[in-house]
Amino acid sequence: MTILHGHSAALRTKRRREGLRTLAFLSPWLIGFSVFFVYPLLSTVYFSFMKYDGFKPPTFNGLTNWTYVFTDYPFFWAAMRNTLWLVVIMVAARVVFGLGVGLLITKIKTGAGVFRTFFYLPYLAPPVAATLAFAFLLNPGTGPVNQVLGDLGLPQPGWFNDPSWSKPALTLLALWGIGDLMVIFMAALLDVPKEQYEAAELDGAGSWKRFRYVTLPNISPIVLFAVVTGVIQTMQYYTQPLIAGKTASGVIGAGAGQIYEPGYPGKSTLTLPQLIYTLGFQRFDTGSACVVALVLFALSMAFTALLMRRRGGLITVED
Amino acid sequence: MTHTVTARPPAPTAPGGPLCTAGRSPAARTARRKALLHWIAVHCLGIAAALFFIMPFVFILLTSLMDDRQALTSALWPRSWNWDNYANVWNAPGFLTWWRNTLMYAGLGTLFTVVSSLPVAYALAKFRFRGRRIATMLVISAMMLPPQVIIVPMYLFWAKQMHMTGTLWPLIIPMAFGDAFSIFLLRQFLLTIPNEYVDAAKVDGCGELRTLLRIVVPLAKPGIAAVALFQFFYCWNDYFGPQIYASDNPAAWTLSYGLESFKDNHHTNWNLTMAATLLVMAPVIIVFFFAQKAFIEGVTLTGVKG
Repeated sequence: MTILHGHSAALRTKRRREGLRTLAFLSPWLIGFSVFFVYPLLSTVYFSFMKYDGFKPPTFNGLTNWTYVFTDYPFFWAAMRNTLWLVVIMVAARVVFGLGVGLLITKIKTGAGVFRTFFYLPYLAPPVAATLAFAFLLNPGTGPVNQVLGDLGLPQPGWFNDPSWSKPALTLLALWGIGDLMVIFMAALLDVPKEQYEAAELDGAGSWKRFRYVTLPNISPIVLFAVVTGVIQTMQYYTQPLIAGKTASGVIGAGAGQIYEPGYPGKSTLTLPQLIYTLGFQRFDTGSACVVALVLFALSMAFTALLMRRRGGLITVED
Repeated sequence: MTHTVTARPPAPTAPGGPLCTAGRSPAARTARRKALLHWIAVHCLGIAAALFFIMPFVFILLTSLMDDRQALTSALWPRSWNWDNYANVWNAPGFLTWWRNTLMYAGLGTLFTVVSSLPVAYALAKFRFRGRRIATMLVISAMMLPPQVIIVPMYLFWAKQMHMTGTLWPLIIPMAFGDAFSIFLLRQFLLTIPNEYVDAAKVDGCGELRTLLRIVVPLAKPGIAAVALFQFFYCWNDYFGPQIYASDNPAAWTLSYGLESFKDNHHTNWNLTMAATLLVMAPVIIVFFFAQKAFIEGVTLTGVKG
């Protein structure tokens, strides 16, 4: 296409004009990325080595914040353990359940639209509203769920009030809002070539074998995608555990008023983002908050890198 | 289909085989019965799943209609239907302000996001330039960044340099500078629009901006609708943002943030809290019902072939 080479003046002006055009189209994001991503990220690194309470000028204090968070701050490792639990159990449960519901919806022949809407609706419920609703439903004393369990003669767990049941209760809440994964899996399942199922059937494969050898290989990229994005979302898990803990503990007062020590009951709902809020905005320990923020950053970016690997990456970013 | 059925050698251990020997074509009848059983099993499972998803809404609705005293008991069915609970919530101090604030946050936030993200997504999808791969990867990284990572410096920026804390502007203004998730989604969508449309417009002498507005925007309507809906729901549901920037000023609270304080002020009134909860959920659900087609279409189209 380019008969003329680089030394042509006309081509150079064209190149420059195209460059400027690209820059113009990208400009909103270039500004946004610098001001709302690069600058605060560098700033977070800077503050992690500073003693700063938000009022007096920051002073350098070396690795003090880092050693404090990793060795002395009693909440950090509890939050890491909870995150690990949620990553292993909650993410796995969501992917399996999401795939199951997605499969179910592709098999339903009568009233599929109605079923799909019902399955999808809870995903739209605002997290605060959904968590309040579940705090009520799972209220150990008077909630309808324990009421029904009691009528059936089953054990009645303490849910959000019991340290060993609070994370399962959060998992139940996360399974209720499965709509996003359901839609993604549904689209992937409908994309599996029909001929492969017919071929497998001809070979006498039963429904489990068809699922194992036809469905799973075809949708495995989507399963991986769901796992990795699930892990990243779990790192950011904030509103649900906070509201669940606050409601169950009975702490009153939204902004001003009493300080809620997050993680009720017994640090069992503590997550890293809650630590950043408590350290930075309630204890005015900016430095330590930034240390936790950088741990969160490193974990999220490690999993994001998994998504974007050139080979076997899940999001194709071609040249 | 019948051909494959008859062509298949009879399975030696076909379940229910002996019962069907009387029929003219036993294989077809077994297949039909199997299909019926399958239909019943699938729909029973479907109804069970639907109950799991819908029952919480039902319990919330029933409790929201109880009187104050009954709401504290373990009763499941209201002894009287107190529809005025909803009027009480609606008229509770602050509730209307929270509505206005939420509409402003979600409305302006969505508008700003779409207008600023579309040209960026268009450039990433259709322009060829050095650094395009890097730029796309940076967008994805920004999309995956937990908002809490940068919140401390961001708060200091809005508080000390801009003096804008106590309002929702620290949440709305950044949306005028492109939102990573929306850019990524629109890019995925624009990639499915054949380049020939864009090239043809340029041959006709359209500039890039005119091509974007006249040719690409009409073709990308489902993608734009999906992004707008996602962003609207994101703003509507956001709790962390208003908590950081507006917690000191109740006049700037949103529904998601105010709902929690409503619970605090009525901590023994589960009925009113549940009525408020439903009132916060309602608009999102109504918007979904009207836009369901665009929404699902957008979601499914985004990942799949064009």
